[in-house]
Amino acid sequence: MAERTRATPLHRLLRNRAALAGLVVIGVYVALAVAAPWLAAYDPSQNDLALRLRPPSLHHLLGNDELGRDIASRLLWGARTSLAISVGAVAFAAAVGVPLGLAAGYYGGRLDALISGTVEVLMAFPGILLALAVVAIFGFGVFRLILAIGVYSVPTMAWLARGSTLDVAHMEYVDASRAMGGRNRRIMLRHILPNILTPIIVQGTLRLATAVLTAATLSFLGLGVQPPEPEWGAMIASSVAYIRVAPHATVIPGIALMLVVLGFNVAGDGLSESLDPAAARLG
Amino acid sequence: MAAYVVRRLLHMVPVALVVVTLVFLMLHLIPGDPAQLMLDPSATRQEVAALRHQLDLDQPLGRQYAEFLGRLVRGSMGTSFKTGRSALADAWPSFQHTVELAAASVVFAGLAGIGIGVLAGARPRSPMSTLVMVLALLGVSVPTFWLGLLLIIVFALKLDLLPAGGAGSWQALVLPTITLGSFSLGVIARITRAGVAEVMHADYVRTARAKGTSERAVVFRHALRNALIPVITVTSLSFGYALGGAVATETVFAWPGLGRHIVDAILARDYPAVQASLFLFAISFLVVNLLMDLAYALANPRITYG
Repeated sequence: MAERTRATPLHRLLRNRAALAGLVVIGVYVALAVAAPWLAAYDPSQNDLALRLRPPSLHHLLGNDELGRDIASRLLWGARTSLAISVGAVAFAAAVGVPLGLAAGYYGGRLDALISGTVEVLMAFPGILLALAVVAIFGFGVFRLILAIGVYSVPTMAWLARGSTLDVAHMEYVDASRAMGGRNRRIMLRHILPNILTPIIVQGTLRLATAVLTAATLSFLGLGVQPPEPEWGAMIASSVAYIRVAPHATVIPGIALMLVVLGFNVAGDGLSESLDPAAARLG
Repeated sequence: MAAYVVRRLLHMVPVALVVVTLVFLMLHLIPGDPAQLMLDPSATRQEVAALRHQLDLDQPLGRQYAEFLGRLVRGSMGTSFKTGRSALADAWPSFQHTVELAAASVVFAGLAGIGIGVLAGARPRSPMSTLVMVLALLGVSVPTFWLGLLLIIVFALKLDLLPAGGAGSWQALVLPTITLGSFSLGVIARITRAGVAEVMHADYVRTARAKGTSERAVVFRHALRNALIPVITVTSLSFGYALGGAVATETVFAWPGLGRHIVDAILARDYPAVQASLFLFAISFLVVNLLMDLAYALANPRITYG
């Protein structure tokens, strides 16, 4: 037990085999997404009706879709799209939510009442509703999808930042900095923000899982990335009509999607366990 | 308790007002002229002006808001552009279908999740326990719509046991219920497992065992009952999740619910229908949250209503 408490978060993370597996999956996913232009053997939008709905073969390792396009190439390019959307959305959510939560927690009073009141109302609803509202207002496409999914995660990020700020704001080092005449903005950026980053990073990893899933779901519904652009949810949607004759076109992108979400979930759980073992023990 | 209910109801009023205001503002946040967007690009200027008038868009914002609230009090949210009928009345039957599906999925997720969680929690180091953790992770990671498609491939197309879509019979409810419930099932099983595993070492469980109580009674009467509060919380949250998750599930199974209604409305740019659906979704959330809070207060005597 004594040894456990001495272990650093990195040690704990490295000992957590599930979390490591999650990190490996994420690493492979990111590498494939980045290297897609070099790894993809075919143009992801190139139709070849002679190869329509062909099962996996030596030339086309994962088979072909309803327009004869190479599924493996589309999967690689789709990884790029979904990585860009999810990272963009979580970054947007953090960029908007964290300053709001930080300010609410630090200043308190009316500002806090206004921000946390709004956040509380938004958190009472499932994020997909917010995302649908954004899509209904601004329309479809990659950038709008980033906005829609980002808005989805803003309340969670703001709530978390506010709570963590409240924990830290009365620490001695913050009081000391204030006593030395530190300005509010400097105290927030230099003393509070670095100390609330841990839970934000953990939450960010878990939100990436949600973002990948939501992007795929909205694209599947026809409300996200539009064909012929390769995106996993949209790939599943376009192959559904042929599910009886060519289930591989539906099943393969789904497996990829599940693996990536699983990777983010396991890694997020592992990160939270190794960074905050007491809180994670019950899970 | 009565005072708590009243206070909780009063608390709903400002939240509902925020929701209504956001739904109202939706039309005004649309870049460009919503009337122009809703009409065919070939629409004449007069047609656009007529639609702007019909939607009150030619009025000052404050006046529009007052009109909107006034209509809402009378139970109307404008006319659906596609059907020409009241948007709210149009959405209502879909809403009932969604509630039916969401309720079925919560019951399924609750019963199966608690059952599996208890089995795993009673023996935390057993293979069953590991299986529960794996299933829980898969449950929260598998895309809902894709799971639905897999179930259709196996149970409708290959085995021909259940219908692939539609509504109206109990058979048609089975696959969408499992699809929608899988996420919550994973979460509930995990929480139940953790709660039961923790109280299995409590003094009163040891006492019950020492008195010769059967293992089954120890688990169900002593351990589960005391581990139930967080499980109730998670189960109540899962109703909210089910309402939201219905959007994808309903599309896969052609289930005529509110989720599909709203997707169709967004694709058709039928803004009054979108507003009515969002409003119904949001208000049902508030009501579910209220009911769950009350149920929670009743289930946990340690909560004071003062």
